[in-house]
Amino acid sequence: MSKLITNRRGVLRGGAALGAGLAMPTIFTASSAAAFTNDPTGSTVTLGFNVPQSGPYADEGADELRAYELAVEHLNGGGDGGMMNTFSSKVLDGTGIMGKKVEYVTGDTQTKSDAARASARSMIEKDGAVMITGGSSSGVAIAVQGLCQEAGVIFMAGLTHSNDTTGKDKKANGFRHFFNGYMSAAALAPVLAARYGTDRTAYHLTADYTWGWTQEESIAAATEAMGWNTVEKVRTPLASTDFSSYIAPVLNSGADVLVLNHYGGNMVNSLTNAVQFGLREKVVNGKNFEIVVPLYSRLMARGAGANVKGIFGSTNWHWSLTDEGSQAFVRSFGTKYGFPPSQAAHTVYCQTLLYADAVQRAGSFNPCAVAEALEGYDFDGLGNGPTHYRAGDHQCFKDVLVVKGKENPENEFDLLEIVEITPRAQVEYAVDHPMFAGGELGACNGG
Amino acid sequence: MLGLNQRDTKFLIIVIALTVFTPILLQPFPTDSGLAQFNAGYPDLMQRFAIFGIFAIGFNILFGLTGYLSFGHAAFLGVGSYSTVWMFKLLNYNVLPGLVLAIIVSGLFALLIGFVSLRRSGIYFSILTLAFAQMSFNLAYSVLTPITNGETGLQVYNDDPQILMGENGITTTHFFGFKMNSSWIMDLGPWQFTFNFGYYFCAVIAILAFYLSLRIFRSPFGLMLRAVKSNQQRMNYTGVSSRPYTLAAFVISGMYAGLAGGLLASMDPLAGAERMQWTASGEVVLMTILGGAGTMMGPVLGAGFIKYFENIFSKINDQVLHGWFAFLPDGLENALVWLLHPFVGKGWHLTLGLLFMLVVVFLPGGLVELGQRIRNMFRKKPDANDDSNHKPQQSPHVAE
Repeated sequence: MSKLITNRRGVLRGGAALGAGLAMPTIFTASSAAAFTNDPTGSTVTLGFNVPQSGPYADEGADELRAYELAVEHLNGGGDGGMMNTFSSKVLDGTGIMGKKVEYVTGDTQTKSDAARASARSMIEKDGAVMITGGSSSGVAIAVQGLCQEAGVIFMAGLTHSNDTTGKDKKANGFRHFFNGYMSAAALAPVLAARYGTDRTAYHLTADYTWGWTQEESIAAATEAMGWNTVEKVRTPLASTDFSSYIAPVLNSGADVLVLNHYGGNMVNSLTNAVQFGLREKVVNGKNFEIVVPLYSRLMARGAGANVKGIFGSTNWHWSLTDEGSQAFVRSFGTKYGFPPSQAAHTVYCQTLLYADAVQRAGSFNPCAVAEALEGYDFDGLGNGPTHYRAGDHQCFKDVLVVKGKENPENEFDLLEIVEITPRAQVEYAVDHPMFAGGELGACNGG
Repeated sequence: MLGLNQRDTKFLIIVIALTVFTPILLQPFPTDSGLAQFNAGYPDLMQRFAIFGIFAIGFNILFGLTGYLSFGHAAFLGVGSYSTVWMFKLLNYNVLPGLVLAIIVSGLFALLIGFVSLRRSGIYFSILTLAFAQMSFNLAYSVLTPITNGETGLQVYNDDPQILMGENGITTTHFFGFKMNSSWIMDLGPWQFTFNFGYYFCAVIAILAFYLSLRIFRSPFGLMLRAVKSNQQRMNYTGVSSRPYTLAAFVISGMYAGLAGGLLASMDPLAGAERMQWTASGEVVLMTILGGAGTMMGPVLGAGFIKYFENIFSKINDQVLHGWFAFLPDGLENALVWLLHPFVGKGWHLTLGLLFMLVVVFLPGGLVELGQRIRNMFRKKPDANDDSNHKPQQSPHVAE
């Protein structure tokens, strides 16, 4: 059909043009002379803050961005210094990082791996960011962590709770301050056993992606070790907004506990549906029906309103903690924005300070030197008590908070009460724990 | 030359020249100036321009020529990406096997979907393709997790087989040893230009894709497809079966999308399920209409336009705005920032939407029509040899 006229001359010309086209790019293979990616040579250093500004986790993203701005202000010597004053390491002096003023660029991950990676790449390639941080979904955090490993910059993970971030998908250039599903389970299970007894039947509703899967696995394993039964595990799509059809079967399953492995908007909707179906008033097997939300945050509690009263969960940090570091952070955040910070804000603020501190101690922005400074580092004064950055998987180990929805909140921020501070020893695990096995850190990449 | 007439040859040469000098053309502002924010000459974005250009060119073969509006083209993009990443996982980081497989698999996939969907036309066809794409997305997201790695996205791990990878094999995507991420940076006074191998690799493929599409537009086959667009019923009455032609166009178009998907994975070895979502399918429709459906250059312009907004406008935050208006008195500065805030940063969709509306209302032929109008303004007498080959002249509105 298509009239392709070929003659000798045409083929020769075409071949020559094609050959020239293919050969041309070979002149462009010289690499740059710098020792590592985006070595800051001027008087400033650029950090990349990559957070969801749209999508189901946009609330968390907005709060993270506030904390990042606050951290930059403190690093540059502005404000009241926040947790820099309570931090156990004193090498940061308010003159930026290694005397270079801290600047930042922001990007929208849209809670999508592709968009997040595109945004991070443009920060690295266009804006010369030497460190990328953020992420409010484990899928996104893992994707961006992989990118940073390839590009040769440090990734300081923000709000990501999946075991895989420092388990199966761990990377030498990636570091996580936030806790994970295993730690939630280890902290929560004894409290649940004490309150609800050891003879319970649980039903799981799980967000269908890496975080949901690993948290479900962790909670099921920890509660089963206490004597509970798991009757059913149901996966729900991340994009769902109505969970009625998933709640109805719970009533007939014989379960007396519902575990909601949901976060953000998902959790707000599923919990509301569950309460509307009257689950909390039901009596099954002669016991009161209970709901558990393993990963809690204040922003979610606000979204779910009165439904969260009396519901147990775990959290990385809460603004009502009374230690010096937490109070300093709440004070400076509150002064600037007029309300207390969320756990997402706290973890990213810590990550920024920890990065700056590691650079200062290493005396270099080289990712390999920074990684070495962070590995096996012990610190205190950032709100979680004595904390350890483990070298084997780049996961932080610290106390975990078990919280409960407050029965009589005094104001709109006072929604969670701390039930127990689970000591670090109880939530620790081996680097090669089966739930974290399957990946390897690899070698650090300086680009 | 190359089976093209003189006009088309000239056109192709202009396109090649533009592509070759893209790293310079997109970097008009000195690196230290305040306007550097608007520079787009960095590898990732340039690669995206070329890749989404290929995607849009392929889509245009179907939509621009036959008028069949497919709302599921992202499925082929995703299939192409997954195929390529699997080749990285199984063989090594050379992109060639991955790209070949991407084209083959997406072609087969398009044959299957096209065979079913093309039994209907118009809105029913659009809905069918949309359903198939959404089905693929959901499958990739949940049921097919072992193949697609679900929401996390398919990546290459250190313990993957990679059987062709030697002892000291290259650990990043490459084309027979030439790494995709290697760049040559040229400093010219305050300007800095980045010549990236990955971009030129995509660009060469994009030019080939463009040339192929040009030949299709000019061939009897292309004429047949245009006939389908103008009046399929009449064609059927004259005894011509149009289905083989539309199916062929659909498959070719699907292969283009697969190639684009494969290239995306070659530049950044990760394939996520979002690539197949209906919003991604809608994006290519927007690109084509924004640029000018049925024209050669339009879809490429549209692709560049949308990607530019997505990557450049989305990064203008309040801090940057304050920087721009710092010379104004405080009150005025804050007022201006407040006014502009909804349109930049996360609000880039809004700006793009407004521009899209303006284009559709005032320039139904897309950005290409804008170019033509400007050209006609400077031309005194009407052109004797009117450029009638470059688009279906006086065609009805593209959305019809």
